[in-house]
Amino acid sequence: MPELPDPTHETYYSAAVNEALDEELARDPAVVLLGEDIGVYGGAFGVTRGLFQKYGPERLWETPISENSVVGMAVGAATLGLRPVVEIMFMDFIALTLDQILNSAGKLHYMYNGQVTVPMVLRTPGGAKGGYGPSHSQMLTNLLVGIPGIKVVAPATPAAAKALLKSAIRDPNPVVFIENKRLYPRRGPVSGPDFVQPLECAEIAAPGSDLTLIAYSAMVPLALEVKKGFAAEGGADIEVVDLVSLQPLDTDTVFESVRRTGRVLIVEEACRTGGVGAEVAARIAAECLDVLEAPVLRVAAADTPIPSSMDLEKIVLPGIPDIVRGVHELMAW
Amino acid sequence: MEPKPIDLLLDCFRKMLLIRRFEETLSDLFERGALGGTSHFCIGQEACAVGVISAAADTDYIVSNHRGHGHLLARGLDPVRVFGELMGRTIGYCGGRGGSQHMCAMDHSFLGTNGITGGGIPVATGAAFALKYRKESRLVLAFFGDGAANQGTFHESLNIASLWKLPVLYVCENNRYGMSVPVSASTSCLPIAKRAAAYSMRGVTADGMDLLAVRRVAAECIAHVRSGAGPVLLELETYRFCGHSKNDPRVYRSREEEARWAERDCIVLLGKRLREEFGISPDRLESIRTEVDAEVEQAVAEAQAAPSGDDRCALGGVYA
Repeated sequence: MPELPDPTHETYYSAAVNEALDEELARDPAVVLLGEDIGVYGGAFGVTRGLFQKYGPERLWETPISENSVVGMAVGAATLGLRPVVEIMFMDFIALTLDQILNSAGKLHYMYNGQVTVPMVLRTPGGAKGGYGPSHSQMLTNLLVGIPGIKVVAPATPAAAKALLKSAIRDPNPVVFIENKRLYPRRGPVSGPDFVQPLECAEIAAPGSDLTLIAYSAMVPLALEVKKGFAAEGGADIEVVDLVSLQPLDTDTVFESVRRTGRVLIVEEACRTGGVGAEVAARIAAECLDVLEAPVLRVAAADTPIPSSMDLEKIVLPGIPDIVRGVHELMAW
Repeated sequence: MEPKPIDLLLDCFRKMLLIRRFEETLSDLFERGALGGTSHFCIGQEACAVGVISAAADTDYIVSNHRGHGHLLARGLDPVRVFGELMGRTIGYCGGRGGSQHMCAMDHSFLGTNGITGGGIPVATGAAFALKYRKESRLVLAFFGDGAANQGTFHESLNIASLWKLPVLYVCENNRYGMSVPVSASTSCLPIAKRAAAYSMRGVTADGMDLLAVRRVAAECIAHVRSGAGPVLLELETYRFCGHSKNDPRVYRSREEEARWAERDCIVLLGKRLREEFGISPDRLESIRTEVDAEVEQAVAEAQAAPSGDDRCALGGVYA
């Protein structure tokens, strides 16, 4: 892992998000939190725990179950200078908010020719956690990366979650901040209140020389595990690139890695068709054909809804064996 | 010094004429093929825009819908720059990026027209939330039509605005048709203002063809909202004399129905009252009309002469 400047302590991913919210609420009175059950309950996944007690109903606004209007309200409030942070309980529910994300959040700054900015954040946990079923499990990045005017980030570590959420809140643009239910209980070092991280940068999560394994969100820890496995067996030396930012894409970091390794495997929790992986593959094909020693391959979720049964869920989602198979296939080319 | 009431009314009359002439001229430009895309005219509904906006403070925010030219001009935006926006010129309020349905003028506290039916309602509600959060005395006027009152955003937003006592006046211009569908076929609860009761909110219906009535009722609603007592739903009964947008043959309603509404033309009605109740001479009203005609003609010429945007205007500024 890249070295974290000034790590002050270790904590859970969910607590790192909480720290970022806490510190930004304390720093800037324009920051307000909106969402369902974010008050005394502390959010469906406990991410806002303690903040209502600390900041009160003036800063944390518990909303009715009206996702589209709540996101639209965040847009309106942002145009007048507030910095709303909306929690959407499960990423599947962003379907209810897409009109306001697409037609308001992403367009207002452009279509009103810069007269307004929309500094808001939409936080939502994506991904499957085992058994949540079709309406509470999807990683819907495919829907978001085709929307101009919004930024999309999907941090994989507690450190990135904290530093990037702070940046997202301070950014003048609408940011969709994708958390992950599988990442919430993971622990790692985090920095203090002054450290922020640029939103648009991918990261080399672990260096290597034979193959570039590109991942984001909960697929990053899987990728790192696969790297470790190959290293232990004296197999391929894998470089893991954590995309971090899905819109815009940091293609410089990706291309640089591909130029070093010549082999690319992209792994994502979203459906295979028409998503981040497809976009990254297309850009690599256009820019790096001269160095590729094998076709760009992808490991992704099947193009199905996520089934409820945990056994079925495992079949649909990408797992370590799928990634290992992909690495073998590329190395054999 | 406060302007005299009669001067205010004459200004309203002038603005209503300006909107009418603006829209008629725009329609002509479309017929001549001088403009691309489409536009939604508010001919017949001028008293709604002018009545409500003249009753509010200039610093109160406005969020409008796809049929927003009247609101823009009632707020006092420069017709040259509104035409310029419709023509895609750099002098347009949004440099040609927004056009008719997406026009914004923050220097006039105009937070924008919105091309998604009902899409502006939560944005307006959020703006009101920001004003309340900052303890400002300003409020938001949210204009939309009868069609938008059937969107989820209407119900969601009114519910939240009422719960949180947000300073927003929801103005539903009920022009009796959502494109081609009569309101009686689309809306189970009429008048629409009755829906306010479901959100424990004051709901008022007024004659949208009578400028003086609109002004009076809007002023009461605005006073209520500004007092901190919470939002109000104001429904204005009106009629668009033209089709939904350009090229609408109006097959869904009769010419007889249109003629009946034309008898209640808000501009004719106001002119009559200005003459009969306020003693304004026909010559004075006619001279206002002549001035407005010349202003619109001049505005079109100026806008047409302005340049269009370049690559930077088309491709830049996606992010702040």
